[in-house]
Amino acid sequence: MRVRLRFTKLGKVRFTSHRDVARIWERALRRAGLAVAVTEGFRPRPKLSFGLALSTGHESLAEYLDVELATPLDAAGVAGLPARLSPELAVGVDVVAAAAVEPGGESLQEAVRSCRWRIEALGVDPSSTERLVEVALGADELVVTRQRKGRDVTDDLRPAVLSVAVVGPTAGGTDLEAELAVHPRSVRPFELLAAVTPLASEGRVLRTAQLIWREAGREEPLLAAVDPDAWRASHAQPCTTGRDPRDEPSCTRGVEAEPGHDRTKHFPVPAGGPPER
Amino acid sequence: MSSLWPRLEPLLAQVQKPARYIGCEDGAQVPEHAPHKVAWLLAYPDTYEIGLPNQGLQILYEILNERPDALAERTYAPWVDLEALLRRHGLPLFSVDTHRPAADFDILAFNLSAELVYTNVLNCIDLAGVPVRAADRSPEHPLIGAGGHCTYNPEPLADFVDFFVLGDGEEVIADITERVGQWKVAGRTPGSRERLLRDLASLEGVYVPSMYDVAYDDDRLVGVTPRFPDVPERVEKRTIADLGEWPYPKRQLVPLTEVVHDRLNVEVFRGCTRGCRFCQAGMITRPVRERPAAQVRRMVGDGLRRTGYDEVALTSLSTADFSGIERVVADTVADPANCGQVSVSLPSLRVDAFTVGIAAELQRARRTGLTFAPEAGTWRMRQVINKLIREEDLYGAVESAYSQGWRRMKLYFMTGLPTETDVDTLGIAELARNCTEIGRRHTKGASVTVSVGGFVPKPFTPFQWFGQNTAAELQRKMWLLRDELRRDHSVQFKWHDPKATLVEGMASRGDRRMGAVIEQVWRAGGTFQEWSEHFDLGLWTDALAAQGLSAEEIVYRHRHQDEVLPWDHLSAGLHKDFLWQDWRDALAEVGLPDCRWTPCYDCGACTGYSIEHVVASATPPAGGSQGTGQDLDWTPAPVPVQLGSRS
Repeated sequence: MRVRLRFTKLGKVRFTSHRDVARIWERALRRAGLAVAVTEGFRPRPKLSFGLALSTGHESLAEYLDVELATPLDAAGVAGLPARLSPELAVGVDVVAAAAVEPGGESLQEAVRSCRWRIEALGVDPSSTERLVEVALGADELVVTRQRKGRDVTDDLRPAVLSVAVVGPTAGGTDLEAELAVHPRSVRPFELLAAVTPLASEGRVLRTAQLIWREAGREEPLLAAVDPDAWRASHAQPCTTGRDPRDEPSCTRGVEAEPGHDRTKHFPVPAGGPPER
Repeated sequence: MSSLWPRLEPLLAQVQKPARYIGCEDGAQVPEHAPHKVAWLLAYPDTYEIGLPNQGLQILYEILNERPDALAERTYAPWVDLEALLRRHGLPLFSVDTHRPAADFDILAFNLSAELVYTNVLNCIDLAGVPVRAADRSPEHPLIGAGGHCTYNPEPLADFVDFFVLGDGEEVIADITERVGQWKVAGRTPGSRERLLRDLASLEGVYVPSMYDVAYDDDRLVGVTPRFPDVPERVEKRTIADLGEWPYPKRQLVPLTEVVHDRLNVEVFRGCTRGCRFCQAGMITRPVRERPAAQVRRMVGDGLRRTGYDEVALTSLSTADFSGIERVVADTVADPANCGQVSVSLPSLRVDAFTVGIAAELQRARRTGLTFAPEAGTWRMRQVINKLIREEDLYGAVESAYSQGWRRMKLYFMTGLPTETDVDTLGIAELARNCTEIGRRHTKGASVTVSVGGFVPKPFTPFQWFGQNTAAELQRKMWLLRDELRRDHSVQFKWHDPKATLVEGMASRGDRRMGAVIEQVWRAGGTFQEWSEHFDLGLWTDALAAQGLSAEEIVYRHRHQDEVLPWDHLSAGLHKDFLWQDWRDALAEVGLPDCRWTPCYDCGACTGYSIEHVVASATPPAGGSQGTGQDLDWTPAPVPVQLGSRS
C-alpha cells in the first residue's frame, strides 16, 4: 500500500540537501521498523518518492513523501505514523500528517502546480517594498536573466508569479508572501526577489504550501495545521544553543530521553485543519 | 561563552555543503560546560565528510562525555570558503556540537591520521585564536594535543603541539583529564602551564616535546634528550590489554549529510601480526587484541537497530583473520531482525579463495566490487615486503570471485619498494592482465582497476632506514606501467601523484626542523594539501630551500644502522634490533610468518608491556595459504596466546 506523509524541514537541518533528506528518511523508516517495498534488480532500493525538491538552506512546512509499504497498515496504523516516525527523524524534520493514497495515482511532482512561500527580503523596508510589489504586479512582464549551460537566457517570470504581498517587517528586512508556479519550471524565491526588489538579498525562506489545482480550487496534498508565524517564534532559537539540554529538545536522540518522552514538539501534530481553498 | 550560531547562520547560506557545520547528528551530545569539567575539543584536521567517521575520535568523544569531570565536543577543518568568511567576520574556529569558540575549551586535541594534513593543524590552531607556536602560548590558551598514527614521528609538529599521545587513547585521556582538571581548579597562574606540561610528560604514553632538547652535529640529528631528570628518556606507547572492556562507540554518530564510510563500523580487533614490513599500522598496534565474538554480535545488532544503517563494516587491519569470522558474518546476515537487507563489508580482505567465500556470504544483498591488495607485482618483491601472497592465491581468489558473480576487481599495489627493479614494477601489469583473463572466462565485461601508490617509508617499521624513491623515479615507474597497460582496455590504471608522495616522505621521517617548513607552507596559504586541487609542491620545495634543508637528506637517502632517528626517544614497544634484523631479512628476501600461530620471535610488543595476544583460536583460520605463502598443513606447536575463554 502507498502512504503519503507530510513533513517539516526547519531549523539547522535546513542546511542539508534534498539527497541528504532522502537518506535520513531511509534510515528513519528502518529504525521505525516499517517494511518498505524495494525495487527489483541488482541494487534494491526502497520505493520512496519525494515531492518537489527544496533548495538547501530553505525551510518548509510542507514537504511530501510517498512510501510504498510492503506490509499494509490499518487506519489506526496510518494515523499513528506521525508519532511513530518523528522521533526517528532529524530534529526539525517532523511528520505532521499521513494518509493512505490510491496506488497508481498522479505523482506528487506531476500534481503540484504551485508553491506558497514566505520569503525574507533583507535590507529593504516594508513600505518601499510594498510600492515595488505593486509595480511588479502591474507590469506586463518581469524579465530575469539567468545562466543556463554557460549562456544567458532571459525569462519572463510574470505569468509564474501568481501572487506577492508584503507581510511585514523582520529584524533585517521585510517578509513577503508569494505563490509561485512550478510549471513549466519552478520559479525560485531569489528570482522573484531579483525581479521585484533587486536591492534586497535573500534571507530566511520558508515553503508554506504545495498546491494541487482542482476545479473547485487549490488544495494541499495533505492538510496540517501549521502556522508560519508560530514557526518564526519557535525557531528563533537553533536546536543546540549550548543551553542546558534539559530545557529544550536537543540533537541527542531517544537513547537518553526518558521512555515516552515526546520529541516531536516543534509542532503540535494536528488532528486535522480547515481545508484550504 | 555563548554559542556563535546566530553569527554563523547567515554565513552558512553562502558556503558549499553547509551541513558540514550544523552538528545535530544522531549520537551528537550537547554537554554542559562547568568550571569543574575539563573541556576537550576533538578536532579532525580535514573536512567533515572525511573526519566524521573517524572511529578513534568517536570513541574518545563518548568516553570523555561519560566522565563527570570532563566533556568533549567536535570540530573539523572548515573548507576554504567558510574559512575566508570566518576570517572576514572575525569569527573563530567553533565546535559543531554547541557552536562554541574553540578557545573556550581547555584542550584542543587533533587526530593525526595522515601527514598532508599538518598545515591544516596549524590553520585550525590559528583560527582558534591560539598562537601557532607552543612557545608563544600563555596560561589562558587551551592546550594543543595530538594523537593518532602519525604521532609516532611527532617531531615535524613538535613546535606547535603541547603534548602528543602515543598508542591507544582510551585510558590515557583519563590521566590527562585529571592533571588538566587540577590545573584548571588551581587557576591558570603564570608559569603553571609549564608545570602542567612537565607533569604530563611523566604520564606513560604522553610525549611533551618542549621538555626535550634537540642536538645536531654538522646538520645531522644526534640526540633528543630530556631537559629534566623527571622527564623520561624514552616515551613508551600506551596499550589497552583487553578490547572487550571498551565496547565503543556505543552510539556511533549518524551524519545528516554524506560522508565517507557512511555505515555502521564495529572494530573486531586491534593490532596485526601479519608482519608486512611496509605497514606502520601493523607494527605500532601490536599485539593482536580480539573483541569477544558475542560482543561483536551485540554491537552489530544494537548498532543497526539504533542507527537505521543497512550496512555494517567489521573493521580491523585484516578482518578475515578474526577467529570465527564466518559465524559472525553468517549470524548477522541471517538475523531475522535485519530482514535480509543488511550487508556486511570487510574493508581489508585477505587474498585467498576462502576469504572470497565469506565475501559471497556477506554481500548477498549487493555484489559490486571486490578489493584485494597484493601490494607488489612479483613473488620476490612480496617476500621482501613480507606480504606472502602466492600467485595461485590471488588467481584462486579472483577465479572464485568472478565465478560467484563479481564483475569488477580492484587491486592495490605499491611501487618504489626496497630492491625493486622494473621487472617487479611490470609484474603489476602482468598480474592485472592475468586477472582480467580469468574474469573473461566468466563474464565479457570483466574489468580490473589497478591502483598504484608510491611507497613512503614509515617510522617503527623495518623500512624506516630505506631511502624513498625520488619523485622523478616514481613518475618514471608510473609511466612505465601506464605505457604497458595502455592498450589493455579491461585494465584501468590509477596512480597516486608522486609529488604528493614526496611531501608525505618529508613529514613521515623529517626531524624537528621540518616544523619551520610546515609553518612557511601554511603561511603561504598551503592548506588542504591532501586535496589535489589545493596541493602545491612548489610551496614545499620553496620552504625547504628557505630553511636550508633538502629532500635528498630528509627523504631520499638510506639511513645508517648507528644513526639517531628522529623518533628514537619514543617507543612502539618494538626492539630496534628486531626491526634491523627484519630489514636485513627483507634484503635477503626472507619471509617471516605470523606470530599468532607460530612461536614468538620477540619483537618486543608483548614482552615489553607484559601483555599478550588475545585471540579466540590458537590455530590459523582454514583455507588457502593464509597469505603467508607457507604450507600451513601442520599441527601447530603450543604458542603464546591467551585462549579466549570468554563467550
